[in-house]
Amino acid sequence: MTGARIPAVVVADIRKSYGELKAVDGVSFTVAEGEFFGILGPNGAGKTTTLEIVEGLRKPDGGQVTLLGEQPWPRNPKLLPRIGVQLQASSFFEKLTAREQLQTFGSLYGVSRRTADEMLELVGLTDKADVQENKLSGGQRQRLSIACALVHDPDLVFLDEPTAALDPQARRNLWDVLRAIQARGKTIVYTTHYLDEAEILCDRVAIMDRGRILAMDAPATLVRGLDAPTHVVLQKGLLTREAARGITGVEDAHEDEVSLTISTRKPAPVLSALAERGTLDGLQVRTATLEDVFLDLTGREYRA
Amino acid sequence: MTAFRSLSAAMVKGFLRDKMTLFFVFLFPLMFLVVFGLLLGDSGSDKTKIAAVGEGPVLSTLEQTGAIELEKHPDVASARQKVDDGDLPAAVVVSGDRVELIYAASDQVAAGTVTGIVSGVVDKINLGAADVTPRFTLETKSVEDASLKPIQYLTPGILSWAISISGVFGSALTMVSWRKKQVLRRIRLAPVSTTTVLTSRVLVSIGTAVAQGVVFVAVALLPLFGLRLTGQWYLALPLLVLGTTAFFAIGMLVGAFCKTEEAASGAANIVIMPMAFLSGTFFPVENAPGWLQTVSYIFPLRHMNDGMLDVLVRGKGVEALLLPSAVLIAFTLVVGFIAARIFRWED
Repeated sequence: MTGARIPAVVVADIRKSYGELKAVDGVSFTVAEGEFFGILGPNGAGKTTTLEIVEGLRKPDGGQVTLLGEQPWPRNPKLLPRIGVQLQASSFFEKLTAREQLQTFGSLYGVSRRTADEMLELVGLTDKADVQENKLSGGQRQRLSIACALVHDPDLVFLDEPTAALDPQARRNLWDVLRAIQARGKTIVYTTHYLDEAEILCDRVAIMDRGRILAMDAPATLVRGLDAPTHVVLQKGLLTREAARGITGVEDAHEDEVSLTISTRKPAPVLSALAERGTLDGLQVRTATLEDVFLDLTGREYRA
Repeated sequence: MTAFRSLSAAMVKGFLRDKMTLFFVFLFPLMFLVVFGLLLGDSGSDKTKIAAVGEGPVLSTLEQTGAIELEKHPDVASARQKVDDGDLPAAVVVSGDRVELIYAASDQVAAGTVTGIVSGVVDKINLGAADVTPRFTLETKSVEDASLKPIQYLTPGILSWAISISGVFGSALTMVSWRKKQVLRRIRLAPVSTTTVLTSRVLVSIGTAVAQGVVFVAVALLPLFGLRLTGQWYLALPLLVLGTTAFFAIGMLVGAFCKTEEAASGAANIVIMPMAFLSGTFFPVENAPGWLQTVSYIFPLRHMNDGMLDVLVRGKGVEALLLPSAVLIAFTLVVGFIAARIFRWED
């Protein structure tokens, strides 16, 4: 094949209102094949509605969606085998074991029953194959529901808040699964309200708030574009606030009960000055994160 | 494995692993069958029990009539006491050739029955003793009448009721739970047709109904209950199928309106319970006032009951299926159409 490859997802100016509330208010983005794309924002930002319109579960009031060159709305049976969707609630059949869930969902796509075991291995649930879905832990259920979305080997995968309500260890296990899926060459579009997670996983992110996309780029680019100071945190008592302010390159310094935090845009000379003073014990360096980007864009602290 | 087969298999497994559903589909109606069958089914209660003192041909002939049960007493006083207390309607005292009948004045019907039978027996023995050729002869012949023994109407009635429970609850709860858990949306995103999903669910319900039929009839056939199947009992099969589709459609309607499983169970009960009582599940509707019988004809369960009674215990043939089948098919189509129109994939 020669020529430009068509993008996996093209969303152009979609809109959806519920009465007065503009849930999605002119959202546009494009996702390239093989890309890991995140839609971020606090609860109620319009992430899920956006995703549902893109998946073809909802009709937008306006705008256009194209997936792999096809329209998802109205229900397009030609497109369905090529997309995999994990819904926000874990949707399973009653009383079936993990393997049976995968076999049943697989059969809807004409997939052989053996695929179920491959999927269990992919998401690390091989030893839970014969456990009923309702007896799995939250993280295991999430991994199973992702496996159900992947059972027919789709090109394009949509995941809605896959890591919501998981403990930190389960979240990290799931990250490995998501990376493994991307390594298989799938295009992934996912929503999350964990900005730190998106920063680690995504090639590109769109930050949403109140139905609109506020910024869209690679996480590192967004953070760099902020021109935000780096924070150096020291144990309290190693250095006075005044002494810290005296160091060249330090913009500000403030103290709380346990630590002294120095803000600087030139961390290298500041760190060597601190090293000369012998105050590196327990030192932490914090660069800006997507949360700072959100604060900068909306003027308010990020609250998931 | 086709989508149809694996969806059906998934639903059968889910059904068999859910003890609560199994209870309501099989054990709960079976409890009614057992309780009512035992309460109403004691055939001994048809006989009138009277006290008896003494012995001789009169008493032994009385026992052979099959209508009188004798309670032996050693003396007249204790027999008389039973009648005085109102425990027994009458006492018959035989001493030599003299037969004395004492009866309670309070129960005229029982008294009439007992007097008639005892005097009939005495007359017959007198005739035999006099060695006279009777001038008149009486010939009796028993016919199978439409008024049935309790187990005979309980079995078809409770079976139909149980099928209405499994049909309505099965479809309503599946729909509500699948919608709530977004299984419906997930299925919608798979390249499988609505018809496949729907027909596999209906097929599971029909299978359940047939299983209910086998279990209930088998239990009722036990000597303890004594059900007697007459005629072409296999004609009940089309009724099982059509009844299931009609109740399935009603369940779809309930499921389309209700958002939670709790609401759906409540609504399903509101539909089923009055229908069960007015359709002759627990007692024959023929005993009800005329206007109530007219009302009962609006229920599909009434027609299913009638059909089941006719083919299971009244010995009727295929012609008895016509009206019930037509009504059940009409119900399925009309209610199913309305349910399809208000169906929602999601809340």
